[in-house]
Amino acid sequence: MHIVVCLKHVLDPEIKPRYFQIDPETNRPDYGDNDMVLDSFAENALELAIQLRDKTPGATVTAICLGDESSEEVLRRALAFTANAAVRVWDSEWENLDGQAVGHILAQTIKTLGGAELVLTGYQASDIEEALVGPVMAEELGIPCVTLVSDLELADDSVKSTCEAEGGYTVVSVPFPAVFTIISSETNVPRLPKVKDIRLARSKSISLFEAEDTDLDKERCQPGVRLERAYVLNRDVNCEILSGSEGTVLADELIDKLLTLKIF
Amino acid sequence: MNKILIYTHHQEESLSSGAKEVLAFGSRLASVTEGTVEAVLVGVKPTAGAKEAISYGASKVYTVCNPLLAEYQVDLYADSLYTVFQQSGADVLLLSFDRTGKDLAGRLATRLGASAITEVTDFRTEGSKLTWVRPIYGDKALGEYSTSRKKVVVGIRQKSQDQAVPDSTRTGEIIEVNYSVPEEKVLTKLVVKIQSALSDIRLEDANIIVSGGRGLGGPEGFQELQALAELLGGTVGASRAACDAGWVPSNLQVGQTGAVVAPDLYIAVGISGASQHLAGITSAKTVVAINSDPEAPIFKRANLGVIADYKTVIPALTEKLKKVLV
Repeated sequence: MHIVVCLKHVLDPEIKPRYFQIDPETNRPDYGDNDMVLDSFAENALELAIQLRDKTPGATVTAICLGDESSEEVLRRALAFTANAAVRVWDSEWENLDGQAVGHILAQTIKTLGGAELVLTGYQASDIEEALVGPVMAEELGIPCVTLVSDLELADDSVKSTCEAEGGYTVVSVPFPAVFTIISSETNVPRLPKVKDIRLARSKSISLFEAEDTDLDKERCQPGVRLERAYVLNRDVNCEILSGSEGTVLADELIDKLLTLKIF
Repeated sequence: MNKILIYTHHQEESLSSGAKEVLAFGSRLASVTEGTVEAVLVGVKPTAGAKEAISYGASKVYTVCNPLLAEYQVDLYADSLYTVFQQSGADVLLLSFDRTGKDLAGRLATRLGASAITEVTDFRTEGSKLTWVRPIYGDKALGEYSTSRKKVVVGIRQKSQDQAVPDSTRTGEIIEVNYSVPEEKVLTKLVVKIQSALSDIRLEDANIIVSGGRGLGGPEGFQELQALAELLGGTVGASRAACDAGWVPSNLQVGQTGAVVAPDLYIAVGISGASQHLAGITSAKTVVAINSDPEAPIFKRANLGVIADYKTVIPALTEKLKKVLV
């Protein structure tokens, strides 16, 4: 069984708002000294992929990341999680790709790799938050997609996935191959890689796929949406900090304030 | 932007709140772009929903009726919406980016050769140029997007629109679409559906929510929050950290994953305020933060802040409220 997990390298979503700036020339954040990280849902997907592999004799995990050289960092992390192979997909001609273009390129990359029984990706990345790549890949590959998945259980020819639903959850079953977009849960909390595995990961190779290495449709590599303008939002609310220090005093103060606001 | 088709799904007897939001958005868009609003409903007998969609501004409603479509099923719903979109000759497909919208938007856009844009909260026009507005980078910025393809699938962010006022005197045409269900396309099968038994109030509908996070230190703290929530006639929520720790079930999660909420009062207890949590409470009217860390980002969003250990505040608050609320 071949499991592919798609990863994204993103600006640390917990960056303090005062350090967050948009460059008006590019409409992109001014990355500056800010940390880039592996997107957190993608990391949940990676953890789940490794767990499934370890339960399935003969299974392998390939981590894929579309991004420039700096994104090799997330592939090293995947290798430290003991992924069997890592592939970076990048071409200097690609600019301002949107979720649909990324979905096309990743789907074609998976085909070039010989296909996969399970394709896992984060439900959405914390930067642009489109939540499109998973369903688009599935459509491109002509296979089912289950979104907002917190856990997967493999049977002989199908997969049971537990998914978020309004007011509860559902369990759905799909045949192989299929795409799953992963959310965080108790069972896929990312591991702390062992020092030995981190060291081993450093010496492993990362394959590079450029545009010519994969059978791409040029039209589909063109973005369908274009960011014309972006600006920082200041959502800071003027927070009134209550002055008391004793719990009972604070409770009184808070009730007074809420009564004044006519909330109850 | 001549023809706008809106996917409106119904829950029980009424259109979903997401569908009503999208109808409001679509009507606003149509009035600015001189377009028309049409709707599509999929299900067993969606006639009541169709009339409701007309009262919210749709001039034509396509209904796709079949017992096999009684429960939402991603493969068939995508296929039937694709069929109706092609038949209607629409330029824009609007849908609520709710649980089902998240399944459908990307698949449909790709199948239709359309552009796709999700989590949209607004649009702007400059002359004949239309851009779609949506938050990016965890609500730290807004982006305005243009689209490059003739058709576009647009997912509207939940709780981002005021619902329109229905007008039952409006008239419109209801067209029953001749659709034979391609059963061979059913690949995704529902095994079981579990509804939360913890509270009768859905987080999305709650007026008051008391939410707990990692700062509670364990599952026990949630019992105190539950008592407070019950007293206030509200319900309990949780941050992703508390759910991932296994302290409470994941269906209590408030945030970008989990529920997007819009209560009158949101009390965040021991929640630091990660951006994905804050994105789920942007529409909350009054936010109270109770946290022992004065540097916690939640205080940037809260209207009222209590810097203290929740253990000293919540029990006192509950006791005192018992006296106030009688």
